[in-house]
Amino acid sequence: MKILVAIKRVVDYNVRVRVKSDGSGVETDGVKMSINPFDEIALEEALRIREAGKAEEVIAVSIGGDEVQQQLRTALAMGADRAIQVASESAVQPLTAARVFRALVDKEEPGIVFLGKQAIDDDCNQTGQMLAALWDRPQATFASKVEIDGSQATVAREVDAGLETLEIDLPAVMTSDLRLNEPRFVKLPDIMKAKRKPLETIPIGELGLEDAVDLETVAWEPPPKRGGGIKVESVSELVSELKDRGLL
Amino acid sequence: MTKILIIAEHDGQTLNPATAKTIKGAQPMNGDSIDLIVFAASAASVAEQAATIEGVDRVLTIEGEDFAHPTAARLAPEIVSLASDYSHVLAPSTTFGKDLLPRAAALLGVNQVSDIMEVIDARTFKRPIYAGNAIVTVKVPEGAKVVATIRTASFAAAKDGGSASVESLGAQSEDPGHTRFVKVEGSEGEGPDLASAPRVVSGGRALGSSESFEIIYSLAKSMGAAVGASRAAVDAGYVPNELQVGQTGKIIAPDLYFAIGISGAIQHLTGIKDAGTIVAINKDAEAPIFEIADIGLVGDLFTIVPELEQAIG
Repeated sequence: MKILVAIKRVVDYNVRVRVKSDGSGVETDGVKMSINPFDEIALEEALRIREAGKAEEVIAVSIGGDEVQQQLRTALAMGADRAIQVASESAVQPLTAARVFRALVDKEEPGIVFLGKQAIDDDCNQTGQMLAALWDRPQATFASKVEIDGSQATVAREVDAGLETLEIDLPAVMTSDLRLNEPRFVKLPDIMKAKRKPLETIPIGELGLEDAVDLETVAWEPPPKRGGGIKVESVSELVSELKDRGLL
Repeated sequence: MTKILIIAEHDGQTLNPATAKTIKGAQPMNGDSIDLIVFAASAASVAEQAATIEGVDRVLTIEGEDFAHPTAARLAPEIVSLASDYSHVLAPSTTFGKDLLPRAAALLGVNQVSDIMEVIDARTFKRPIYAGNAIVTVKVPEGAKVVATIRTASFAAAKDGGSASVESLGAQSEDPGHTRFVKVEGSEGEGPDLASAPRVVSGGRALGSSESFEIIYSLAKSMGAAVGASRAAVDAGYVPNELQVGQTGKIIAPDLYFAIGISGAIQHLTGIKDAGTIVAINKDAEAPIFEIADIGLVGDLFTIVPELEQAIG
């Protein structure tokens, strides 16, 4: 079985993102870029499935300009067997990303496509579900535990009510939640090894995708600030303040 | 014509409060009509509750055994069948809506607008990106169906007082069989539901252990509040996952929020931005939580919390 893993290049999660002063976007110049943390978790899970002998090959896939090769090399260093860059000069929205993966599914015939539940830049949380729809296959989103058993998988999902368990037939789409695993650290020899692993580039135009009806972003703004608060010195002061505000 | 269809969320008996918030979010879209669809094994009780919400024109029901615990794979084709009569299809931005609606959007050939926090007009919306550190205004192109989830923390619940008609429809597709519900497990619900409680008391890493976290439960109980926790407290194993408040947990908007021993990581603050009043208790006067707290108290939580409980009780 092959596992395809989505790898999105995003602003590192430790960076405090700011809207540009002219409101034309967010500041990304000179900002550290990384693999979307949820995708990193998806990759880790795929590697563990392979290491358990339940998959043969893990293929990391990213969509974007040549800069995404950096994140694909990191994925290879973590342990992916090979990588595919779907070359696109413009950023793609979730439906186009899902169509890219749908096209790659035909080419690679994976047993699992593993994605992060959402990317921490646009926070859309759509691509995995969309791919499952276009592929007409099961989806197990927000996964916090995955067990593979032959042609089936049992997946525990983080839902508002707690943990939901689904049993799904493979092939299927899975998306990772935070607590699925803790991704491994990359070691230096692995970085050297990763340089020799295959990385294929496919121009997005060669995949024969439908034209997308994209959402148009017309404005960016910083979030509204909460008004300044007060400090109190004691519990009794706190309680009377809350009573004054009609909250107790 | 702007005709809006909202997917109702429920547990088989009770309509989830997220549904009434989604209706509230739909109202400024100035639709000609708002219909609600209830998928259930037996829809009568949920439909009855839905019909009394102000602003709802019709409650549609589709019943069948396979809707007892319906999966996204089961529901998405049904939504696509219904969608031909509507310009807008909406769901709450809960794990239910987030799982389901993109699957329907893809079948309808459109991108979804995720987490609408403000409605500008029927096709233009504000939504948070980068964990709420930026807000974008997005426009759905003319002619494209609007498929969107509503960020429930941004809208109050629509009030009761309506009297919608209830109409029963038949299912249009079959269960694909490849996705099977096994079970859902929650921690046995003590006290009010975290997602909708008007008062929430949350504890953080500073509590130090699950035993010490008992003082949070106790304080919450004394004021009829739900219990929440920071991701650090969840990761440390003090409390179960579903109590996590924040970007990667629950995004909530209670009238009163207590952050106790929580430093205030961005991802936590994102989950409580819409709270009415935020009270922070922390021994570190420099903790970021104080930057957004309405009332701050610097000190040792192990002294303050029991004192507070006594003062309130």
